[in-house]
Amino acid sequence: MRKLTIPEEEYMRSGHTACLGCGATIAMRYVLKALGKNTILSIPACCWAVIPGVYPRHNLEVPLLYTAFEVTGAAVSGIREALNALGKEDVNVVGFAGDGGTADIGIQALSGAVERGHDIFYIMYDNEAYMNTGIQRSGSTPIGAWTTTTPGGKKRMYKWEPKKSVAEIMVAHHIPYVATATIAYPEDLIAKIKRAKEIKGPKFIQILSPCPTGWRHSPDKTVEISRLAVQTNAFPLYEVVKGTYRITVKPKKPKPIKEYLRLQGRFRHLTEEEIEMIQRIVDENWRELLKKERCSQEVKE
Amino acid sequence: MTMMILTGNESAAWGARLSRPKVIAAYPITPQTSIIETIAEFIANGEMDARYIRVESEHSAMAACIAAQNTGVRTFTATSSHGLTLMHELLIWASGARLPIVMSVVNRAMAPPWSVWTDQLDSMAQRDTGWIQIYTENNQEVLDSIIMSYKIGEKHHILLPTMVMEDAFILSHTSEAVNVPEQKLVDDFLGEYEPAFKLEPGNAEGYGSLIMPEGPYMEFRYKMARAMDDAREEIRKTVEEFAEVFGREYAPLVEEYKLEDADAVMVVLGTIGSTAKDVVDHLREKGKKVGLARVRYFRPFPYEEIRKIARNTEMLGVVDRSYTFGYGANLYAESKAALYGHSSIPVKNYVMGLGGRDITPEILIKVFDDMLKIAREGVVDREIEWVGLHGDERWS
Repeated sequence: MRKLTIPEEEYMRSGHTACLGCGATIAMRYVLKALGKNTILSIPACCWAVIPGVYPRHNLEVPLLYTAFEVTGAAVSGIREALNALGKEDVNVVGFAGDGGTADIGIQALSGAVERGHDIFYIMYDNEAYMNTGIQRSGSTPIGAWTTTTPGGKKRMYKWEPKKSVAEIMVAHHIPYVATATIAYPEDLIAKIKRAKEIKGPKFIQILSPCPTGWRHSPDKTVEISRLAVQTNAFPLYEVVKGTYRITVKPKKPKPIKEYLRLQGRFRHLTEEEIEMIQRIVDENWRELLKKERCSQEVKE
Repeated sequence: MTMMILTGNESAAWGARLSRPKVIAAYPITPQTSIIETIAEFIANGEMDARYIRVESEHSAMAACIAAQNTGVRTFTATSSHGLTLMHELLIWASGARLPIVMSVVNRAMAPPWSVWTDQLDSMAQRDTGWIQIYTENNQEVLDSIIMSYKIGEKHHILLPTMVMEDAFILSHTSEAVNVPEQKLVDDFLGEYEPAFKLEPGNAEGYGSLIMPEGPYMEFRYKMARAMDDAREEIRKTVEEFAEVFGREYAPLVEEYKLEDADAVMVVLGTIGSTAKDVVDHLREKGKKVGLARVRYFRPFPYEEIRKIARNTEMLGVVDRSYTFGYGANLYAESKAALYGHSSIPVKNYVMGLGGRDITPEILIKVFDDMLKIAREGVVDREIEWVGLHGDERWS
């Protein structure tokens, strides 16, 4: 008999309003499965401010506080301290925010919250652009991508700056738990949330969440693209526990980045030279991560 | 009851301490900082039982208060000037979410140029945020108003946040003798905080979710408008109850000073009231029939009180310590709007004291003389006058 590795309980009902093939919706479903019902969510302006549905209904089995765009870090701080004042230390307090609300407009409140050490989860569902407003470039948009504010045109004005690494910014805050995850690896994702649950203090998890609408891919490719992001090392899966790195999914022989890029319309314009340039960046980042893993583990031992 | 020598900021901290908020989220800014320092000392010494979130900005201070209050606890914060205007987005959020947060605001000028001295543009620019606004005249009123603000705002038919204003330095850093009430009396007066709703596991409510044009967005706003209107009656009731318990009396929305038979009445906010009262006494001794109306609550606006005052005098001189670039300052514009169709007496706006410029008795005597002249002649020479500009012979 097969053993279930993903909890059966559902905390997300049907009837959400997300686009077909939305990775962020799958991410929420897994996160709640790992956390359970004793959870309060805080959601800023982002796709997930719309996905639960229109007042007075929403499709989650947990209470949620919608907030302004840039305040998730402050909001979870407030919920946590109020719960502690009421003697409810056992409730999971979770910020669930997009990449714009995390890497850009919300980074100040996030930095403040994790520096202060509140016992909170911060989930950044990373769909690599401002998707709810219609695909505008964020600091988390990968190099080479088309967005509506990097539309190419005659001057080839695409996003030519590399993706900002919020996970590494969180590591620099010396918080007890930082991890990356993606929806094609649900066991890995759920295990990380469960591990985080055992740790007191700020926990940050960045979940790569493909967006068919913004990445310009067929909705049935969401999981495949999420998997390719890991297999090509475009988005490595790792965790950092008290400064010690561990890569949780290590591709034996990484696939060329081209295989990841070619399934997505947002990279269609890239020349061979540009793809080579992106390959070099991916390889460099991977080597850097391997070094961090080796060094931090050696020093630990 | 204990008599203490307290600054306005220490009085604000005591008002907060006695009201027993469970979460404080605050960020330093001159001249507010000593409020949150005093609260930190209370907590550090075990004299106050509250979680203290030392946020990284005022924007986050208000966001944290909103989230904490929505989780079911009383909250407090304090700010000033740029800190207050940074909060603007979340001030509207707090009232829209119907969370009776109480905040001390030390009125300070906005830059540029940099100025840390008193000026009321910071809170006037928050006029439309849905917060109850009270402007205080002395340190006792600062302390008492914070306690009363919780009482009023937390009523389930009100559920609105309140900002309690004090003029920078004139109150914030000036010591006065203040009656600090017994904790037990305040506990009985306020009671335990009973939130109308709260975030809690097992109750999958969503707060602040998306609403379509055909949904009740407009009805929510209408209910807020009604709550703000109802706050007038709640303020009247609360000052009466407060007087019974604590023995200190406050005029509900507008403090009236020597209005009987006054030919001209000056309308002010905040500490200008104290100076003006002395000037009224002085002029009355000389046989000049002048009076003073100190508006305590600017939100909700006391339009009935202003109409009543106008019925019994010949002229209103409205003093504003801020300006709204366009047409007149707020206290003037709203007083005049309240009178339309009810009174045809002349109303003149005196703009003064911006950026902390001293408002002296000498200046106010000249303003009263100008008001009496208008009352006699029935003609306003100019609707809006900036008083005491460099090089203006008229007021020097």
